Amino acid sequence: MFSKIMVPVDLAHAARLDKALQMASDLAHLYKAHVIFVGVTSPQPGPVAHNPQEFSAKLDAFAAEQAGKRGISASGHAVVSHDPAVDLEAALLKACSDTGAGLIVMASHIPGVSNYLFHAHGGRVAEMAPVSVAVVRGD
Amino acid sequence: MADETTNQGIPAPEGEADIIDTEYEIGQDNIETQIGPFGVDIHNPVFLVSGLVIVAFVFYALALPDQAGAFFNWLRPAVTSSFDWFFFGAADLFVLFCLFLIVSPWGKVRLGGNEATPDYSYMGWFAMLFAAGMGIGLMFYGVSEPMSHFSTAFGGTAEPEGGGARTDWAPLGAAAGDEAEAVRLGMAATIFHWGLHPWAIYAIVALALALFTYNKGLPLTIRSAFYPIFGERVWGWTGHLIDILAVFATLFGLATSLGFGATQANAGLNELFGVPTGATTEVILISAITAVALISVLRGLDGGVKVLSEINMGLAFLLLVFVLLVGPTMAILTGFASSLMAYVEYLPALSNPVGREDVNFSQGWTAFYWAWWISWSPFVGMFIARVSRGRTVREFVICVLLIPSLVCVLWMSVFGGTAIHQVLSDGFTGAQDAALELKLFKMLGELPLAGITSFVGIILVVVFFVTSSDSGSLVIDTITAGGKVDAPVPQRVFWCIFEGAVAIVLLLGGGLGALQAMVISTGLPFTVVLLLMCWAIFRGLQTEAR
Repeated sequence: MFSKIMVPVDLAHAARLDKALQMASDLAHLYKAHVIFVGVTSPQPGPVAHNPQEFSAKLDAFAAEQAGKRGISASGHAVVSHDPAVDLEAALLKACSDTGAGLIVMASHIPGVSNYLFHAHGGRVAEMAPVSVAVVRGD
Repeated sequence: MADETTNQGIPAPEGEADIIDTEYEIGQDNIETQIGPFGVDIHNPVFLVSGLVIVAFVFYALALPDQAGAFFNWLRPAVTSSFDWFFFGAADLFVLFCLFLIVSPWGKVRLGGNEATPDYSYMGWFAMLFAAGMGIGLMFYGVSEPMSHFSTAFGGTAEPEGGGARTDWAPLGAAAGDEAEAVRLGMAATIFHWGLHPWAIYAIVALALALFTYNKGLPLTIRSAFYPIFGERVWGWTGHLIDILAVFATLFGLATSLGFGATQANAGLNELFGVPTGATTEVILISAITAVALISVLRGLDGGVKVLSEINMGLAFLLLVFVLLVGPTMAILTGFASSLMAYVEYLPALSNPVGREDVNFSQGWTAFYWAWWISWSPFVGMFIARVSRGRTVREFVICVLLIPSLVCVLWMSVFGGTAIHQVLSDGFTGAQDAALELKLFKMLGELPLAGITSFVGIILVVVFFVTSSDSGSLVIDTITAGGKVDAPVPQRVFWCIFEGAVAIVLLLGGGLGALQAMVISTGLPFTVVLLLMCWAIFRGLQTEAR
């Protein structure tokens, strides 16, 4: 049903992603799909890496680690955004079409009052993506 | 196992990098928490100290308006008259340093590694440079400054009986009764304030930030430029103080421009539609425009500031061409060339830091301008740095220094030249006699389609206001988030509202005088910061691949 599953990851907070990673891995086994971990970075240095190249290398390492740990086929796909705080969804949607993923599995926080003013990234992606989206709530 | 999909989104390899090896991790001093329903990610203590001090300052200005007003009225002339030589000398040095960088072998160093490609096209890049750097100022002073200098120069010098400092506001030795020379001197003095010097100030800050961010891998915040000087101490209180100072300078610099923008938009609306002038209208204007700026903030860098900057550059260009064509075209074009020559001729005398006899001009205009540009420099410099990755140092300095300077000469020649021509050839003194904020509209009023062009003028002021407010929020947020560019958006919204609030409070509390006094007093310590930055750039470039 799905040959490629896209999983947006925030490498600075990878520990919070466990449920989404597990679900993506389960689905990958079920559909024999390839998992693409997508990370969005800015051209400026951030907590994860000094520059986009280093970010890309770390994302690859993350993908390799997940592939080994969960027994799946996986790769990394880094995207540079000028303003990731605002353009995150646009960057993810572009990555979805660039990679040809058929399903997005995305972690999201439990909605709160602030979501009336500022939309949640997961919700926004689910609203706009041309493919199926599984929004996985954290604990 | 990584496969061929890796790296698709990343530009081609960027060549050698000279990353500074530091223990510091971006965001390590940040507090990530919930304030009410909003998640925040802020630097401790930069956010808290700068926020609290600004709030305390605003309360002081509101609670004790008379005392605060007297203080501000004392502060501005006190700083400019005591430290004018320092502002002059520093600004001259920045220009020389930039010119040196253009011809030096380090001009070949590329920001972001020697194979980096530019993030933005020239058009989008220039539009953002201008909108952030001078927007509102060009609208406010485009007619009023050439006109003022021309009038005072024509009026000649005035010395009090019994000796003492000159009481006139003419630049240099004035040009009493000599129309042609007064025009040349007036234009030269104006261009001096809007040409090489301000853009050199911006270029220094922008270059330092871009170099230490893209090539050295340090966070995008002012303190990073000081790593070669202070080493690991930049992550401690030395760095905190530099960043806090940058936040003050940016906030008060922005609030001043917002104040100018509001007064001018109000004057224009009054001229056009009879909207009453005064504090109430200005407060409504600042609030309404801040609301528009919020929408731009929420649309981000590419969807907000960049789009608005390009629209505004298009509109400003149309207005420029319109005035050029329907105004005294030949006079403007010959005026452009002669203004440029006059600038070159008068530049050494105008930039001389010592022994000035034109005290009112050199302290009241030039020293104030230098302080103002310097207080804007962390904001504009950081914004320029953010959009300038992939340019070489030479390309960067030429584009930030020379091209904007030339455009400013053109702008001043067209707007100021037309207004002066109206006085000299048509005998129309409306623009000459009007208040500063009204001169633009009086000049436009004498040309065809005045209703439309004045309305375009107001739109330009408003949109420049929006782009300044938006890019200012972006910059203050980045500094107060320890250099993180992906901090939660509500923080940017907070700063955007806060800037509007400070502008309103200071306008109510002490008028534009209060804003200007704050600009100057933050500009002074920041001049020292800029001087150190020149040394840091020099050190930083030495280890780069050419």
